[in-house]
Amino acid sequence: MADPMKIRAQMAGDKATVRVLMAHEMETGQRKDSAGNTIPAWYIQTVSAKHNDKPVMSAQWGPAVSKNPFLQFSLKGAKAGDKVAITWTDNKGDTRTDEAVVS
Amino acid sequence: MKAWKAAPLLGALAIAGAAWSQGKSAADGIAEYRKMLEDGNPAELFEAKGEKLWKTQRGPKNATLEQCDLGKGPGVVKGAWVELPRYFADTKRVQDLESRLLTCMETLQGLNAADIAKAPFGRGEQANMDALAAYISAASNGMKMNLPQAHRDEKVMYELGKRAFYFRGGPMDFSCASCHEGSGKRVRLQDLPDLTKNPGDGIGFAAWPAYRVSSGELWTMQRRLNDCYRQQRFPYPGYASDVTIALGVYMGVNAKGAESIAPSIKR
Repeated sequence: MADPMKIRAQMAGDKATVRVLMAHEMETGQRKDSAGNTIPAWYIQTVSAKHNDKPVMSAQWGPAVSKNPFLQFSLKGAKAGDKVAITWTDNKGDTRTDEAVVS
Repeated sequence: MKAWKAAPLLGALAIAGAAWSQGKSAADGIAEYRKMLEDGNPAELFEAKGEKLWKTQRGPKNATLEQCDLGKGPGVVKGAWVELPRYFADTKRVQDLESRLLTCMETLQGLNAADIAKAPFGRGEQANMDALAAYISAASNGMKMNLPQAHRDEKVMYELGKRAFYFRGGPMDFSCASCHEGSGKRVRLQDLPDLTKNPGDGIGFAAWPAYRVSSGELWTMQRRLNDCYRQQRFPYPGYASDVTIALGVYMGVNAKGAESIAPSIKR
């Protein structure tokens, strides 16, 4: 089971700024370990965001994204108290969803 | 927990771009790069993991670390980091955060401290140490370094640390002081802090533990010192050994009054 994400959603004017930190190895599949064996690729492929159960963003990621990635976007039409849910799925089929409340 | 800055990331990028064109020094550029990264410091992921570990029953004795005395009484985490290393009456030793955690893990949880100290960095129980260090140092974020020097052994360790700091040796005839005494020194583009005095808020001793972006790891002061010894081509010091603790006392006492920004973020 993957470690939890850290999500902050704060109102800034009429939009909410959402900041997400994800705990993930993001292994490219290009590196070798000390024994010379290729370390298998293991990275997040899709990220999606929901605002009160309504999909507002989806992204396709690849091995070029860093380890423990940080994502930030602004959300129009959000109000304090709204829910923001982020979901990622990696190439091993592992997935994780975390939720935050807009403040 | 660190307060997240309200300024949008794109705004910071635009400012940095404008600043570059006005002829900024490389050091200013690095400082701005760090500022931009602060908003999404993955050290927070380690903090969350460490907090959970602190409160989880583990080891043969199936106990949490919540009764661990880090110098401010059993279970007190806030403010402990900025007063470490310090003398502990129960072990009759001056201990830094990592060696104190080893003591707690052994006495409270029944884990084998010697095995943990020997384990490679960043794996198994050592990875747990990193997370715990992130959590404990974060609880003192923004506080000023204030190491005690009242006990005789604390003064002895300061003197020992000073000697270790100036001890020259190895194939390159280096000492810590070769790089970290005097101002304006650098390795490539990295400015080196003067560790013989207070180098300023959030610089040197007051900046560790830190998340290193280049390796995606969280480094404690023990690991930082281990790497300093590697760069000097010295033999590796033992994990949580007296010489590493003495250097911690020396740097920490010199940095008195500096604001701790741990866990910080490094390139």
